Amino acid sequence: MILAVAIKQVPNLTDDLEISADGTGLDYDALTYVLNEFDEQALEEAVLVKEAAGGSVTVVGIDTTGELDGALHTALAKGADRAMKVTGDFDRDLGSEGQAQLLAEAIRPLAADLLLTGVQAADDRDGQIGPRLAALLGWPYVGVVTHVTPEPGCVRVHKEYAGGLLAEFVVTLPAVIGVQASHQPPRYAPVSKIRQIAKTAQIESVAGQGTPASSSSVRRMFKPEAAGQAEMWAGEPEEVAGKIATLLTAKGLLKL
Amino acid sequence: MAVGLDKVKPEAITEERQLIVDGMDISGHWNRMFEQRVIWDYDTSQLDRVTDLPGGESLAWCYGCAKCTGVCPVDIVGDYSPRKIHRKTQMGIDLFESPDLWLCTTCRNCLRVCPKEVDMIQIMPAVREQAVLAGSVPAELQKAFEDTAKHGNPLGQPQRKRADWIKKAGAPVPVLKDVKRPVDLLWYVGSYPSYHPRGIDAAAAAARIFHALGVDYGILGIEEKDDGDSQRLAGEKGLFEMLAEANIAAFEKYTWNRMVVTGPHEFNAFKNEYPKLGFVRPIVHYTRLLVEYLDRLRPMLTKPLNLKVTFHDPCYLGRHNGEYDAPRQLLRAIPGVELVEMGRCRENGYCCGGGGGGMWLDSFTKAHTTMRLSERRVREAVEYGADVLAVCCPFEVSRFEDAAKSTGHDRLIVRDILELLDQALEGQP
Amino acid sequence: MSNDILILAEHLNGKLADITNEMAGQARQLAGALGGQAVAVLLGSGAQALAESIGSDRVLYIDDPALAEFNPEAYARVLAAVVAQRQPRVVMLANSSVGMDLAAGLAVTTGLPLIAYVNALSAEDGRIVATSQIYGGKILAEAVPAGEACLVTCLAGAFRPEAGRAAAAVERIASPAPLDGLKVQFVRLIEPEAGDVDITQQALLVSIGRGIGGAENIELAQELAEALGTVVSASRPVTDAGWLPKTRQVGKSGLTVKPKVYLAFGISGAPEHLEGMRGAELIVAVNTDPKAPIFDVAHYGATCDILDLLPALTERVKSDT
Repeated sequence: MILAVAIKQVPNLTDDLEISADGTGLDYDALTYVLNEFDEQALEEAVLVKEAAGGSVTVVGIDTTGELDGALHTALAKGADRAMKVTGDFDRDLGSEGQAQLLAEAIRPLAADLLLTGVQAADDRDGQIGPRLAALLGWPYVGVVTHVTPEPGCVRVHKEYAGGLLAEFVVTLPAVIGVQASHQPPRYAPVSKIRQIAKTAQIESVAGQGTPASSSSVRRMFKPEAAGQAEMWAGEPEEVAGKIATLLTAKGLLKL
Repeated sequence: MAVGLDKVKPEAITEERQLIVDGMDISGHWNRMFEQRVIWDYDTSQLDRVTDLPGGESLAWCYGCAKCTGVCPVDIVGDYSPRKIHRKTQMGIDLFESPDLWLCTTCRNCLRVCPKEVDMIQIMPAVREQAVLAGSVPAELQKAFEDTAKHGNPLGQPQRKRADWIKKAGAPVPVLKDVKRPVDLLWYVGSYPSYHPRGIDAAAAAARIFHALGVDYGILGIEEKDDGDSQRLAGEKGLFEMLAEANIAAFEKYTWNRMVVTGPHEFNAFKNEYPKLGFVRPIVHYTRLLVEYLDRLRPMLTKPLNLKVTFHDPCYLGRHNGEYDAPRQLLRAIPGVELVEMGRCRENGYCCGGGGGGMWLDSFTKAHTTMRLSERRVREAVEYGADVLAVCCPFEVSRFEDAAKSTGHDRLIVRDILELLDQALEGQP
Repeated sequence: MSNDILILAEHLNGKLADITNEMAGQARQLAGALGGQAVAVLLGSGAQALAESIGSDRVLYIDDPALAEFNPEAYARVLAAVVAQRQPRVVMLANSSVGMDLAAGLAVTTGLPLIAYVNALSAEDGRIVATSQIYGGKILAEAVPAGEACLVTCLAGAFRPEAGRAAAAVERIASPAPLDGLKVQFVRLIEPEAGDVDITQQALLVSIGRGIGGAENIELAQELAEALGTVVSASRPVTDAGWLPKTRQVGKSGLTVKPKVYLAFGISGAPEHLEGMRGAELIVAVNTDPKAPIFDVAHYGATCDILDLLPALTERVKSDT
């Protein structure tokens, strides 16, 4: 089975995010990037499918940060066979609409059977990449998937609804699957291996054609009002514990 | 007829730089092996897999004398020693897949006594690296690798909170980014002193002592990352290199004369391993630094503690780096401290079990030994009648405190020397 | 183009999802401002009663056996046809497991702009303005579509539900798109494994998030829960890591809970989590990051380390009771 995984980097949310001077985007220079956590799950699921059914995994992303190589090397260390990046003069905030168009062009020649990608990302303001890719490629899409089982000509997937309820679907290939979680936690790629690969691996570069325009524009970006609705308690853990205990007693949840 | 023996005199032995006997060049180190013994009885392919690795060669030199078995701290609580490893691999056991691979704490006591210089400090990381690359790593160790790779520390705490401990220091702690001037000492605090509650106690004590002594220093704060050396010894060399590169860049950003280090593992890393990556600067462990300040420190130590104290030599301060005296000098300077030595001390000091990745293999080691090394050590401290087990390695406080509880010796107090000094310091509550 | 606002009604296991009437309420307001109507579209089979329970101006009920269960491909075909026929100003979908499968694909097939994660939607001088909650709830982005029409996916709990209204006029039609030759086949629903405790039935929950640090610290929360006579629930990162079973997960892909008191320890408050617990009577949040969004919904908060607080509180509860 020929598998492809579409990945992207997103700002590291443990950093403080700052708004740009013009107020319509983030201060991208002050950011560090990490791989979208759902793409990490998608990659793991792809490698698990490859291990079960044979075949190859190609990882592909748009290099909007100039730092995509690191993520691609990690993917190779985790079991991907090929790494591809789409290069060009892209805005850092290139949305899902533009990314999907570029990715679809890069993925089409791969003649993949199955394309996996993260079900969502922290920055997909204009919607998820997966369903867009499916529509552009003319393939079916199922998202919020937690288990992919390869079968001849199709995959059996578990899609998650609220409350742990699952639906099982059989999807004819080629198809796009939006992965919520891989059925095993993503494996660790030893830094030793990543560094070895970084020295030897070939990352295939594809020049992205044009800069796709977005059909919606952000006119204001801002941080939610620090509503600070919560009344904050200062003090040592013991004091906070005392206050919580008093509250629970008042609510009749702590019998003295 | 030997050539070149004409200088041998009956009353003295002359050493020859080069010597050829019966056409064979026998020059070299006294311990040189001229030719590998030929083993016919066994299939040596498992042994060869180890000795073929760069760093793994010396396992072949073992001649089975078992001196290492007598001093190996793991053998005392289990069935394990370099000689046994050699024998097992010789007999076809796959070290790469064996639990034995993860039990060595790289304490160096075997190498100290080995006549053949079989070096587990080289062998273990070499074999472990292959296991790590193949993905067969005990889960808890892998988690420490992942946390270190992701957050810059094995505790998995956020990098941006690395300097949060200074709020609890009770003394000003200058951060180099804000100091904006050269300092005498760069204090590398380390991961456990920055994040672990008991490590923070020691770091805070150090900050108060430095402040009282007027030491001119600064810390890197959130620019500091774990040294990575224990991860290297546990097989993740790439992670070590990544961290070392980041740390060296941070070290070189500021102007300072000397680096003082809280932990022996970090001290060893900067003194012996970072130079291989081009970072060669004067490094001092905090015990040695405070001994330099002892004339000023001693008069400040006015509050007698009245305790019987024993000291546990950290493997990476003692055996690895030859420092046995500085910690003892500090302890003796504290009024009211009666220092008692345990049987296993100094060069033959026991191991807490935390080195070489053991810090992150607690459950794994527990499953393959009769008791934790830290538990064995705590029993020894109690046998010698100590009230306090003093340490000067940030790995040890929590290990020994847990061991004191799990062995029912709750009354044994475990303290970093920094904490004892701080307690004896005038003006401290 | 009409000035109607189309909403996709969402239902599962014979029950209308709350968000449907939340969107209906907002759609009516918006349609009122634009001079159109709020039209709900319900896809199903034998679901007339559900269609009648929607608080929109009108309901378009598309009845076909192939629509008995949610099928992303079948839904996408029908919706594309409905949008092409009705030319609405705005199409509202839930930012849910269903809506997220459809909206972005529909944006491609209809050529309409999509604004996702929307928690505020209005018309300014006839122009649509939508606010997205992105970057884990840390940032809001106010956006305008390039043309007049657009699609939006809406966050649960963002709009006040339209309830208690008279039944809307239901127009029942056959599928406007062929539903044969589907490449996605629905097989079955799988109920979550029973046997574990039901976190939705607890009056008090000790809920933990990523801040718990590791599997080895779960015990600290278990001990507190035990002392309080309740159970531990968690946010997604904790159950994804396998530290607690999926049945303990609160939030979008987990369960919605409404306890008397919800203790959120080490939970930052991603929108997906807030969705599942904001209905609690009283929320106490403890997180070392004072800027964590959880404090926006919590009534009381503290920024101490939960690894210190958990044992301290356990101690306190044991000594008090």
